[in-house]
Amino acid sequence: MKMVIFGASSAIAEAVARQVADKHGELFLVGRNKESVEIIAQDLVVRGARRVGHAFGDLTYREKYSEWIETASVFMKGIDVVLIAHGVLGEQKELEKNPDLAFDVFNVNFVSAALLAETSAQYFERGRRGTIAVIGSVAGDRGRQSNYYYGAAKGGLDIFLQGLRNRLHPQGVSVITIKPGFVSTPMTAHLKKNFLFAKPEVIASGILKAIDKEKDVVYLPWFWRCILCIIKSIPESIFKRLKL
Amino acid sequence: MDETNEKLSWDFDKESWGKFPKTKAIVRGLASRFQNLGEVMQGLDSDLAVLPYGQGRSYGDSCLNDRNVLISTEKLNRFIELNTETGILKAEAGLTLKEILDHIVPQGWFLPVVPGTQFVTLGGAIANDIHGKNHHVAGTFGRHVKSLELLRSDGSRRVCSGEDNADWLRATIGGLGLTGVITWAEIQLKKIAGPWIARETVRFAHLARFFELTEESDSKFEYTVGWMDCLSDGPNLGRGVFFRGNHLPLKEVTEAKLKKESIKTFPFNAPEFLLNRFTIKAFNTVYYHTHPSKKSELVHYRPFFFPLDGINHWNRMYGKRGFFQYQCVVPFENNESSIYDIIKTFAKSGLGSFLTVIKTFGNISSPGLLSFPRPGVTLTLDVPNDGKKTFRVLDSLDEIVMEAGGRVYPAKDARMSKESFKSYFPQRLEFEKYKDPKFSSSFWRRVT
Repeated sequence: MKMVIFGASSAIAEAVARQVADKHGELFLVGRNKESVEIIAQDLVVRGARRVGHAFGDLTYREKYSEWIETASVFMKGIDVVLIAHGVLGEQKELEKNPDLAFDVFNVNFVSAALLAETSAQYFERGRRGTIAVIGSVAGDRGRQSNYYYGAAKGGLDIFLQGLRNRLHPQGVSVITIKPGFVSTPMTAHLKKNFLFAKPEVIASGILKAIDKEKDVVYLPWFWRCILCIIKSIPESIFKRLKL
Repeated sequence: MDETNEKLSWDFDKESWGKFPKTKAIVRGLASRFQNLGEVMQGLDSDLAVLPYGQGRSYGDSCLNDRNVLISTEKLNRFIELNTETGILKAEAGLTLKEILDHIVPQGWFLPVVPGTQFVTLGGAIANDIHGKNHHVAGTFGRHVKSLELLRSDGSRRVCSGEDNADWLRATIGGLGLTGVITWAEIQLKKIAGPWIARETVRFAHLARFFELTEESDSKFEYTVGWMDCLSDGPNLGRGVFFRGNHLPLKEVTEAKLKKESIKTFPFNAPEFLLNRFTIKAFNTVYYHTHPSKKSELVHYRPFFFPLDGINHWNRMYGKRGFFQYQCVVPFENNESSIYDIIKTFAKSGLGSFLTVIKTFGNISSPGLLSFPRPGVTLTLDVPNDGKKTFRVLDSLDEIVMEAGGRVYPAKDARMSKESFKSYFPQRLEFEKYKDPKFSSSFWRRVT
């Protein structure tokens, strides 16, 4: 498998990359922090990756998107999968007070992810094949007072990907929306852990399985589909009174 | 953080693998090998001592730091480089031996020394200077460490090798994590053809026969170890099963008779009434008799080296009070008399041990200042914690070991006295010079 990963130093992305390396796949990593991406790339080589390339930069620099995709394609002689994995959670209370921070949360989680998906779509359309896998969130399924900035960005991304999937289906390109629940990662390090938290490796296996089976929307682990089904079914008139 | 002196918030509230003692600690983690210790320790009360923490697989309290700080190396889990020409692996210290083996075995390499579990970290293997079934030919793990990086609380980073900072390397190997945090290490791997081990199992009727088997096997077999029934008195004293093996020089094995692996989990702490002299004796007798008097077979390296890793949480077998693992070594000059004394004293004590392991250490010297292995016979007892009586019996074993000029293994200890430690490790005084002043452990406070 030849995979490009945006947000390569995120815990879920690294776990996916390790599994690809175990199977001697090829990887092209893009991330903001040069040092983190480099040590991950070294690690993946020892783990068995056939080839690992990397590029650095802020993932909101949209001028770079095509260049990254083209470089990756030249480096690996083709691309099978683009995984868009970057994101920031943000602190809801601060976001309410600080529009600059709020803008960043929308920009990173929605704008950059959507535009990267679009750039990838145009690349794959040329070859009429490929997979775009994007990490969304269960938080995007319903707005809640505790994190509706992050949730709105991920929810917007969800809608965007529905449209993209619809457009690319006839072209033979698949678009996968991945909706993880709570994952034990640095993003959630400050939260108290309970049985609902899954390990990044578990999420990673789910992502690779979804890619393999060309799924459309996957909840990881699976039980979040049931939880969200219930949450989505609550009428707004009741939901607005809940403390969620 | 809640700072009302007595009420710090403890992130860690558990015990080590032996389930004794119970401790609390604040846990901080190194985010990467480039991070400075000062950053990790920021905001901590300056009176608190820190200790690197890998997988917590030491049996006693050498990996614990009660009411102080543990610095987790969990995130230091990246490989750095594998030179496929020379077999030198550079990797971060938080990687477990399992992760390392999973990646190097398919490429034709093996760790130079492995302990009885693959769930320990590389850093832990160095800090405890672990040994394995090949001690008679390979010595300890530390002998195969080419270099390592040591991170100290004063913000310094030292690369230590045989050429540079050799004294720091010597203090850090077997240094129980007290000289600083090992961030990465370079180790020399061993070339193998494939994952298979040609194993021979031979039953021995008494201890003298064990020594004969050792003598005839140590030149022909890379790996040797004995399991012993420590509860049979009289003519059966010191009977057991001898395991010996070599790496099979073939990559593929077509034989259909290879044993299948299965992973089981011990579901809960066993109730204490199940752990008594009768059940332990029954287990030992059955274990002895279910092994044929002699057998040869091909096995995967995992069941050969790590049989207990096949049962997750096997330590629950000992109930919630936990157990002690008592491992001592007594020099050869005295081996006959003192090892007999130890076994007899234990057999008469009324305590039981499920897994008693006996092995001879070869003459290869250990590289660490506080390394445990030295030439002699080493005996390991797994003793359920039965309160005061257990402490008393193990103290009486200490007396024999001290008398014989032997040692007890700190990595497995949760109870040795200050006096015993002083007698076992006179080098501790020199070691103090290298100990990081901000570092300590429950073990260290207990024995010094």
